[in-house]
Amino acid sequence: MASLRDIKNSINSTKKMSQITKAMEMTSAAKWNRGVMNAKAFVPYMEKIQEVTASIAIGSGGVNHPMLQHRPVKKTGYIVMTSDRGLAGAFNSNVIRRVHQAIQSRHKSNDEFAIIAIGRVARDFFVKRGMNVILEIVGISDQPNFESIKDITSATVGMFTDETFDELYIYYNHYHSAISQEVSEKKLLPLSDLSSSHKLISYEFEPSAEEILEVLLPQYAESLIYGALLDSKASEHAARMTAMRNATDNAKEMIKNYSLIYNRARQAAITQEIAEIVGGAAALE
Amino acid sequence: MKTIKVSVVTPDGPVYESDVEMVSTKAQSGELGILPGHIPMVAPLQIGAVRLKKEGNMEFIAVSGGFLEVRPDQVTILAQSAETASEIDVERALRAKERAEQRMRDQKAEHIDFRRAELALQRAINRLAVSERRML
Repeated sequence: MASLRDIKNSINSTKKMSQITKAMEMTSAAKWNRGVMNAKAFVPYMEKIQEVTASIAIGSGGVNHPMLQHRPVKKTGYIVMTSDRGLAGAFNSNVIRRVHQAIQSRHKSNDEFAIIAIGRVARDFFVKRGMNVILEIVGISDQPNFESIKDITSATVGMFTDETFDELYIYYNHYHSAISQEVSEKKLLPLSDLSSSHKLISYEFEPSAEEILEVLLPQYAESLIYGALLDSKASEHAARMTAMRNATDNAKEMIKNYSLIYNRARQAAITQEIAEIVGGAAALE
Repeated sequence: MKTIKVSVVTPDGPVYESDVEMVSTKAQSGELGILPGHIPMVAPLQIGAVRLKKEGNMEFIAVSGGFLEVRPDQVTILAQSAETASEIDVERALRAKERAEQRMRDQKAEHIDFRRAELALQRAINRLAVSERRML
């Protein structure tokens, strides 16, 4: 049986740990709040650009744009969004597992796909396995703004345009609520599900529908990626918050158990001492 | 006087929303002025200022990478970035301008970074212009 001092040490170290996890939970809660707000602020832009894109792409019928065309798939691109840091429960492993499975089942060789890894966890995972990572992005801030990630999105969309890959999927954690996030898989390019809930309006185009699509579609695709990133950030902080809350709860439970053992051991020691004293006194009589 | 609703939205959130008498801006095909009752229209914008006439005053918004969507009762400007004159960080714009100029001196004109620096310079100059016009 562990000595009294050992148990005391375990209690103290568990206490320290629970303080840390508690602090992490609170920082994550603050970041989560901001993340959700950022994601909300993005919604009006997304809705609007979707509406306009849909009305132009559908309304003007015969327009042809490379980003709307399905071409034979020689290479598939995968964007994988994870966090830079761990301790977020199953947040990262869920996404990575899903992508890994998809790649394993769809492709036979490294030449058939290309990975764009966002976040250190994804990068490390795929680089370590020698999979074809063509772009890696780490160190995105917790509250990204559009300007700071524009290079990434335009590089990605550019790779589709110059036929580095012929279709593009994106994998990220979609934010449902503070306690539930779900891995979401979306086909980003070529753009396919252009539809709008609003009534389509027929616009005048200045200068022409083709030229507008030329500018609009890349922006639309970029904003889809940005939207996914905001979604993923909100999920990350929510996941970390939940994970840390669980850790804190578990630590409390452990402290309770240790205290019980500690008290029992202390009582046993006292009883034994008394028994010894009584025994000693009896022997003297 | 008749007014038209204007909203400027960016990926980082709505920037401006108000009823104005006239919107004028620089589209890629040229200067464009919109009054209430305009036919529906879509046009890409240049990096530049959007001028809004409101109760006789002019308000300025710096936009880059944007679109103009016009409906009879509403104008929406979708931009990758947009700031009202009072929101512009002049210091930052000045720094960006210097950086871009430096980069343009270093790069050859056909290099892709040169084009990028050129755009950055345009954005910085635009921001500075918009911020100054408010001070006048």
